[in-house]
Amino acid sequence: MDLDLVIPAVVAGLTTGAVYALVALGLTLIYGVLHIINFAHGSLLMLAMYGVFFLHTLFGIDPYLALPILVPVFFALGYALQRGVIMPASHGKDQNILLVTLGLAIVLDNLALYLWSSTTRTIDLPYAFEVIDLGFALVPIPRAIAFFGALAVAGLLWLLIARTDLGRAIRAVAKEKQGARLVGIDVEHIYAMSFGIGTACLAVAASLLMPTFYVTPQVGYAFVLIAFTTVVLGGMGSFEGALIGGLVLGVVEALGGLFLGESLGQIGIFVIFILVLLFRPTGLFGSRFA
Amino acid sequence: MSRTRLATIALAAIVAAALPLVMRSDAWLSMAITTLLFVFLGQSWNVLGGYGGQFSFGHAVFFGSGAYATAVLQVKLGMPAIVAAFGGMAAGAFVGAFIGALSFRYGLRGSYFALVTLAFAEVFRIVASSLGITGAGFGILIPLDARALNLQFPSRLAFYYVVLALVGIGFAISIGLERSRFGAWLMAVRENEDAAKALGIDAFRVKLGAIIVSGAMAATAGVFYAQYFLFIDSGIAFGPHVSVEALLGPIIGGLGTAFGPIVGGILLHTLGDLAKRVMGDAPGLSLVLYGVLLIVMLRFLPDGLNGLLRRLFARSPHGVAKRMPANA
Repeated sequence: MDLDLVIPAVVAGLTTGAVYALVALGLTLIYGVLHIINFAHGSLLMLAMYGVFFLHTLFGIDPYLALPILVPVFFALGYALQRGVIMPASHGKDQNILLVTLGLAIVLDNLALYLWSSTTRTIDLPYAFEVIDLGFALVPIPRAIAFFGALAVAGLLWLLIARTDLGRAIRAVAKEKQGARLVGIDVEHIYAMSFGIGTACLAVAASLLMPTFYVTPQVGYAFVLIAFTTVVLGGMGSFEGALIGGLVLGVVEALGGLFLGESLGQIGIFVIFILVLLFRPTGLFGSRFA
Repeated sequence: MSRTRLATIALAAIVAAALPLVMRSDAWLSMAITTLLFVFLGQSWNVLGGYGGQFSFGHAVFFGSGAYATAVLQVKLGMPAIVAAFGGMAAGAFVGAFIGALSFRYGLRGSYFALVTLAFAEVFRIVASSLGITGAGFGILIPLDARALNLQFPSRLAFYYVVLALVGIGFAISIGLERSRFGAWLMAVRENEDAAKALGIDAFRVKLGAIIVSGAMAATAGVFYAQYFLFIDSGIAFGPHVSVEALLGPIIGGLGTAFGPIVGGILLHTLGDLAKRVMGDAPGLSLVLYGVLLIVMLRFLPDGLNGLLRRLFARSPHGVAKRMPANA
């Protein structure tokens, strides 16, 4: 093994992995509280990425400045989707929820295809190719920002869940829905809040991704599979699991790409996914945050 | 079987057989052929998802295995098309046995099973787009040699009847499930796996049987798809839209019913075609409609169109009680 190639690949993998972790954090929060698998998660990310793209192209807003605009918008979108579409359409049945979110994903992906065509779109930024020299690897500045941004969001989420009244209510609902209702917590509101926060994470991820990534209508599908893998690997509903899982997958993908070539590289992720689902469906870290 | 049901089946068969004699345009025929192929794919999904309650989100893995196996055997290894076709079906059954043995052995249920099938489809897609023998990123072109022995039929009309016969077989399999001991076991596992086990049903083997049948059927759809369009690549064969097509028809038509996949599949494709005519052939438009329809159906008609028809039917004074238990 040539370390001169491996170390930069690992570093690049960690920076990608941090964004995977961020996407997975939203998914794991939704899973942990609502116990549903949100198939539309990737499509919502795709929507947020288009949001960043159009804010930049039409109004010249820098991707990082788009963050404070998109986060509340996507929080509201997530809240409304949960209360207005997912809950009424699924009648509270598990497999129906999966199907409703699948339906949402189909609608969003194809609406994007219809409206914006399958053209691959990127943002040109003057600082996109500036790098930090770590001595053993070169890291593009946007990727470094993405890495620390993702860690910061993970920390904020943890604070929110562990230290605030909202977080206490979320944990109560996640653990014992009926009990929470009995002590006066509005369970439907907490569900929608969790879905909204999970969706808001995607707006952050999109802002951090777009300086170095592209967007197409199908981009969400790739991300949602990786996010599922991350969540399953880390243990459904576990924050630290999602964080570590995301970083691991980023590295696996980078190394897979290095040794197997770009097209086969992603296979490592799915093989891990299948193996973990089969042998350890509770994930490596097992515990839910609640 | 009740007299009304027999009459419905006979009427549907006659209409389906006579329609192409009235609708003579090539465009209509090719739409009908595609529709029927995907109806059959839906029927295959319905065996596992509808009757067995195991929701697969990756039925493309079987469809694609059938399409690729037949194309590789025929084009790259020079086998006769018929042999290659059976190879394709066998490949589907084998992949079904493999995925089923793994996932059911480790007790994957519900969402977990859905995700693992999805992951398998994705693995197969990546492998097919990377290996030389599957044509890598280019796909496989099947040479045109229109003889029935090649499963390529000289006219679209002939192909229509072949695919119609497939749908007939799919329907017969569904009826067979509803009336057989195996089907009863399968539905018992769907309703309550633990209770079924307590009654002595080998849930693992029953589910395995269902996924093998379902896999072979989906692969057959893939085989005929490949012979009809004469071209496949990894996106066409293993892409997520195939898996989505497979499950939409049965769910919209009515899960675990013999008519469900047929009604649902025809409704979807007719709507998609109408949308194309009204709004132009824009990519993605028909799928937007499908997705909206899926959500609306789940919201207002969770038991599908078939359930709606049955409830309307049940309100009428005739034949109420005796129809209900068989399909409830």
